[in-house]
Amino acid sequence: MTIRMIAKLAAGTALASLAAGHAIAQDNSVEVLHWWTAGGEAAALNVLKENLEAQGITWNDMPVAGGAGGNAMTALRARVTAGDSPTAVQMLGFDIRDWAELGVVGNLNDLAEEEGWEAVIPAALQDFSRYDGQWIAAPVNVHSTNWLWINGDAFQAYGGGEPQSLDELYAMLDAFEEQGITPLAHGGQAWQDTTMWENVVLAVGGIDFYRDAIIDANADALSSDTMREVFDHMTRLAGYFDPNFSGRDWNLASAMVIEGDAGAQQMGDWAKGEFLRADLTPGEDFMCMRFPGTQGNVLFNSDQFVMFEVGEGARDAQLAMASAVMDPAFQVAFNTVKGSVPARTDIDDTEFDACGKQGMAELAEAAANDTLAGSLAHGHAQPAAVQEAFFDVVTQHLNGQISTDEALERLPQAIAAAQ
Amino acid sequence: MTLTVEPSTPVRRHASLADRARAFLPKIVLAPSFALILFFVYGFILWTLYLSFTNSRILPIYELVGFDSYVRLWSQPNWHMAIKNLAIFGSLYIFFCIALGLLLAILLDQRIRGEGVLRPIFLYPMALSFIVTGTAWKWFLNPGLGLERAMHQLGWTSFKFDWLISTDMAIYTVVIAGVWQASGFVMAMFLAGLRGIDGEIIKAAQIDGASTFSIYRRIIIPLLRPAFLSAVIVLSHMAIKSYDLVIALTGGGPGNATELPSTFMYSYTFTRSQMAVGSASAVMMLMGVAAIMIPYLYSELREREK
Repeated sequence: MTIRMIAKLAAGTALASLAAGHAIAQDNSVEVLHWWTAGGEAAALNVLKENLEAQGITWNDMPVAGGAGGNAMTALRARVTAGDSPTAVQMLGFDIRDWAELGVVGNLNDLAEEEGWEAVIPAALQDFSRYDGQWIAAPVNVHSTNWLWINGDAFQAYGGGEPQSLDELYAMLDAFEEQGITPLAHGGQAWQDTTMWENVVLAVGGIDFYRDAIIDANADALSSDTMREVFDHMTRLAGYFDPNFSGRDWNLASAMVIEGDAGAQQMGDWAKGEFLRADLTPGEDFMCMRFPGTQGNVLFNSDQFVMFEVGEGARDAQLAMASAVMDPAFQVAFNTVKGSVPARTDIDDTEFDACGKQGMAELAEAAANDTLAGSLAHGHAQPAAVQEAFFDVVTQHLNGQISTDEALERLPQAIAAAQ
Repeated sequence: MTLTVEPSTPVRRHASLADRARAFLPKIVLAPSFALILFFVYGFILWTLYLSFTNSRILPIYELVGFDSYVRLWSQPNWHMAIKNLAIFGSLYIFFCIALGLLLAILLDQRIRGEGVLRPIFLYPMALSFIVTGTAWKWFLNPGLGLERAMHQLGWTSFKFDWLISTDMAIYTVVIAGVWQASGFVMAMFLAGLRGIDGEIIKAAQIDGASTFSIYRRIIIPLLRPAFLSAVIVLSHMAIKSYDLVIALTGGGPGNATELPSTFMYSYTFTRSQMAVGSASAVMMLMGVAAIMIPYLYSELREREK
């Protein structure tokens, strides 16, 4: 394959230039490319930085903000093509595989074996942290997308229990409508539409159907009657949005729930940060629960630090960083701020709030029961080209540009064309 | 671009070194920028053309596969949407910019008081970046924030203006914002054209008893032909490459209702890992621009030769 040859050439050049520059000098620094520049995340990353500085390793920050990592990936392309890879790069899902295929990433096998990563990291995450059995990345966190966030007051006024099925969800949303608030806050951007859609796929069809239709992109499943039901539910859910949902950012939709203008929002666990920053208490001022019908299953996405191939002189610092990422203290410090849960399942949950504790317990449970699957909307189920093909159909259907019949016809076609 | 500078007098046999250096000076001065343009503009155009015939995905691959990516491009519903939107946006944008620009220029040309104040006001939107224009209009047109809400608060509760969030009408909001931005600039072009018209012709027509309307229709507007041509050229290439305005205003949505070739090109090349299809769309856009520019340059050059 040509791409591999090019990559090997690039990697070879990188190695040669690094070897020439650092053959003798021990390089005690790490260069980290990431997009965690917002207040809380940046503070959490500082924990990692201080840990490394205590070991005498200098941290060279290379933040590239914006585009949910898109800009960072563009910067990375330039660096790798120029043969000057950073030490570690924050990365998501299939991006990791794409870069691993190019043969430009490092090898963490010895460290992983020594620290026993295999036993503590869920297998579904290891699918991304390892390539061909070789450890290439250290996972920082696990986010999950199948959450529903409910305004506490609206929920009290409704008076029912937490909805356990889509029918119960509709009952609750109808009650919110009667209260005179927007029942469901939503941001009309393709990834948000698809986040909701993947929740509905899981709620309607269960984990096996999710894997069949989304992870395996089976054309029969994509145009099946179950999928028709999914699209019908999407149409019904869209009836609970306010008319102005188009183009809205997710945090503005969260703000509607926080301020009581809306009853509920379907969003991943990063939404919790918005609620906490507004000084709301989980379980009282707002409810966090699994999206109705998806209890027991977890759709995840995970930020990982991918270690790139660096010269021998810089390897010790790189391994020290990988070890520091997996350090339970860092995993706790980072994830309590970020709203996600630690990537290792052997960590004590005392520092976490109610939602965090629930998330950690459910992640461990889902990992044990094999009901943990990668999120489509967040790059953990399909490579970018196929993922965006799903986005196109889902968002056009939700915005009423195409009918359910057309969506069922187009979905397998669009995915076949993108593969 | 011409680099050859013909010496006006034949070089004498014993020309001094300084004379010879002077003859070469323009070439030497222009050479770096010429080389840079050759490489960074035309070189990369050729590179994009080459990539469009490969199967490149996340990074460039150099193995040729023929017209595969063009077939894929034209089978994408997104691309058809982008072309359709460009046709709507381009034609309305050019038409309304020229119509409004001409009207404003004619009104400003009536020797009115305060022209010095009004002219910069109309020109000012051009000084804003498209991102600013897009964001401002996004807030203004958003039914929950802007015009519709303001009207409701003033008591006109039946007022409805929700084009921004309607899949059928969203592309027209891009036209509105684009026209607002560029019509002042077109006005300046027409104003310059109007000021260049010989006053004697108009006086002669007035003496012959022509009405103001027919003076404009039969004399002034036909004389503005070069200004029309320049306006169409400038506006049409702005329409084809228009990207930031759409991104700021609608983000290509609702759904993909405001997808344009430029947003298509960016997303396929850089976020969808389909670099070859993205390159193919860039080549199609280049051909679109060329289809406008080549006849224009041809007619301009032919006229100059006459």
